[in-house]
Formats: sequence, C-alpha cells, structure tokens
Amino acid sequence: MKVDLEALEETAKLLYIRALKVLPDDIKDGFEKLDAAETDATGKSILATMIKNIDVAEDTDNLLCQDTGIPIYNITIGRGVEVDGIDLKAAIRKGCERATTEYPLRSSIVHPMTRENEHTSCGHRVPVITVDFSDQPDELVIEMIPKGSGSENGSFLKMCIPAEGVGGIMTFVVDKVIEAGGKVCPPTIVGVGVGGTADLCTKLAKIAAIRPLGSVCGDPEGAKLELELTDAVNSLGIGPQGLGGDSTSFAVHVETAATHITMNPVAVNIQCHSARRARATLTPDGVEIGF
Amino acid sequence: MAEHEFTMPISEDDVRKLKTGDHVVLQDTLFGLRDATLIHMFDKGRETRLDLDGHAVIHTAPNLKKVPVSNSFPAGYQSICIGTTTSARMERFTRPLMEKNGVRMIIGKGGLGDDSAKAFKDLGGVYLAITGGTAALETTWIERILDVDMDDLNPESLWQFEIKDFGPLLVAMDAHGASLYDAVNDQARDRRAEALARMGVES
Repeated sequence: MKVDLEALEETAKLLYIRALKVLPDDIKDGFEKLDAAETDATGKSILATMIKNIDVAEDTDNLLCQDTGIPIYNITIGRGVEVDGIDLKAAIRKGCERATTEYPLRSSIVHPMTRENEHTSCGHRVPVITVDFSDQPDELVIEMIPKGSGSENGSFLKMCIPAEGVGGIMTFVVDKVIEAGGKVCPPTIVGVGVGGTADLCTKLAKIAAIRPLGSVCGDPEGAKLELELTDAVNSLGIGPQGLGGDSTSFAVHVETAATHITMNPVAVNIQCHSARRARATLTPDGVEIGF
Repeated sequence: MAEHEFTMPISEDDVRKLKTGDHVVLQDTLFGLRDATLIHMFDKGRETRLDLDGHAVIHTAPNLKKVPVSNSFPAGYQSICIGTTTSARMERFTRPLMEKNGVRMIIGKGGLGDDSAKAFKDLGGVYLAITGGTAALETTWIERILDVDMDDLNPESLWQFEIKDFGPLLVAMDAHGASLYDAVNDQARDRRAEALARMGVES
C-alpha cells in the first residue's frame, strides 16, 4: 500500500478535532461504573456534572475541555506500507496546524523559554510524533492524543534501587497520587512505567496512561500490580476533583520493560478524566475512524 | 450548606458569610486570567485598565474565534470553548490579586494552598471549585466576551465575560481558614499506611 499523503494530512486534522469532542466508549463505560459505586455525595454530584458535560459536548458539537493539550500522534506502520518518513511527519504536522487555524482551536504550545506561541499547536519537536511498526499487512494506524496539561504536570520519575523492591514502586505510586490530589482532574487513569532506562520508563508510563480502560498489561506481573494499585489508590478517598469520594482513578495501568541489575526505575504519568483519544486506520480500502 | 446567588461585584461582608460546602451561582460579570496574565501583572509590573474590584476571576484560557466587533461580540471575539485550568500554578498570585486589584473570589479546579487560604482569611475572599474538564457545559454559562486586555498574551489575555447562571460552584476554601482540599488530603495521608498494607508493604 502506498500512503496517500493528502488523506493522511486530512486525517491528522480530523483526528485532533474529533478527539477533543467525543470520548471513547470505554471511558464512558468507566464513568458509569464509577457513578454506580460512588458513595460520597460531593463525589457523586461531580461525576454527574462530568457525565452531563460529555452529553453537552456531543449535543452542541463542542470541545469537552478547553485544554487542547499537547498534540501527540502515535503512528504504527504495517507490513508492505510505502511512505517516505519525512513526508509522513510533514503531513501530520500540517494536519495538526490546520486543525488549529481552521477550526480554530486554542494553540496551547509555546517555546519553553521565550513562551512564544506560534498559534499553530506546533513548535520545535511538537506535535509529538512516534513511529512504530506492526505485522499487519497494508495498514497504517494513527492514534491522536491531545494530552491535557493538568494531568501531564502529574508526571514523576524515581530511580529506585533494587533493594527497594516492588514495595518501593508501590509506595512511590501511592505517594504521587496523594501529592497530585485534585490537580490532575480525577478520576484519572494512573499510568505506571516499571523498568527500562529513565526515558523508556517514562515512555512506558505514558503508554499505560493512554491505554483503553479494560485493557490489561501483557506482563502477568504488571497485570497483578495493576489490580493491587487500583485498589490501593481508590482506598485513599481523594475522589473526583480531589474533593473526596471513592472515585480517585478509573484504573492504574502498568507497562513493564526489562532493566539493569543495578536499577529499579518507576515512572508515573497521569491521564485526566477527559481521557481523549481518536484513531484512524488507513488501508487500501480507505480511512476508518474510531478510538 | 446554603445556596447563594450573587450579582457581581460582591462586598467583603457577603464573601465572609460563605462557608465551605455552600453552593454559589454568579451573575453578570466574571474575569478570566491564568499563568502568563499573572506573571505579567505581578512579575513584569503591567497594569490592567480593567477594574477587578470586588469581582471573581476564573483560571482559564479560552478557545476563541476572531470576528468583527458587534453587539454580540463587543471585544471582537466569539467564544468557542471556555473552561478551567489547574489553580495550583497560580498560588503565589492570590494575595497580590486581592491586595492590589480587590479580587474577592477565585474560581478554579484542584484547589489552592496555605498562602491563599491565609489571604482569603486576612482580606476576605473565597475559592470556588468548578468541575474541571467540563468546559462544554461551562461555555453555556457565558453569554458574551465583553472586553479583553493584555491581548498580546492571547490566549492568556485578561478576559471580561458576561455570564448568566454561572454555577453551581462549590465553596471549597472560605474566609475562615477552612479548605475542603486540606481535609481530603489529610484523610488521604491518614489512609496511606493502610493502602500500602493492602499490598503487603510496610510503611
């Protein structure tokens, strides 16, 4: 399959706007489950407002949250797909820029030191574009994540030592959820990276944070940790918006990687309740849009 | 837990009557600002021509469309989506906003810290919690964008909104030193050891 660059650009534009407006079904289901189990009156009333907002956004064709986030495009290239890498990145960047200027969206992206805003949602190395490969034939998948800043500011890394064991990882996650409190817009998905290098560990935390609800870590040890940590953070009583309740997190997600004999790194990356994402699959038959 | 409705601006007496857990609906006028606005006002010495005395400010930066000036769009901006950002980054600006500009109410999400709680007590102010991440709903409470100052900082300009039935908002920090966030945080710290013990970790 030869990738149609115009279709790719158009898709990159469409995905950004769509992700900002429509929450994935797994997140909507997640809200229903939390709402059914919430016992705190304030928590329940805040969840009701969040659920109402999902409906208002769809009814008024508006953005769920004013934060247009840091745009992230995760590209997965299947077998037999022909595309020039530089062209691919340029088409995605152009689509992101057009979504911002044509819709128009708030450009939330500035130079890190001058704080200058180009009003395109783009800048040096942003949008974040990651490229990976799959064994699916004739298929290019684009996942778009407008990562909200309130929850992205809830990102932490600790290079634990082996003597701290898994207990050190658990303690770090619980402490960071307490520290983040209401600032990260709970109920959240807490993404946890375990192992790897410092940068890989942080990357794993992000992969975990944006994974659909209901998905399970492929590593059985990680899957076990997910269940234990989900139970632990939801026993803290932080609740929706940090104002008290049972619904602190939809789930804690864990991703693991092998690490060095001297190392035991753990990273946390948090996703807010507006857990937005959109996905497109480009095949020879056309473009399919989903979550 | 009382329900209140205020047409802005509000007096010090009225703001001091509010208690954490009360619900508030605001009418008429609301100002929007955030990181860059406050950095420029208090670190770079910029003055605003807008009068915030007795008013509420919301931690925000909206999505907007530039349009010709008209009665519906007096500032030349149409609102697309207006929501609320995390307040904690604005912590050190609470006292100067109150002392210098006379602000009485701060609307935000996630709460403010001890210095703000003290400023609310000393000077007569409250923090009103809005549900973060519900901007589609919040946008329906804003009638018009009336004015804008320091617009070179767009979208982090100082915005003046005309509002109708803005709320309900939860009084989460009051002028008597109470903070719902502190209460929840203290409880979470109390439960930490038990949460870790559930996973077999001693603390």
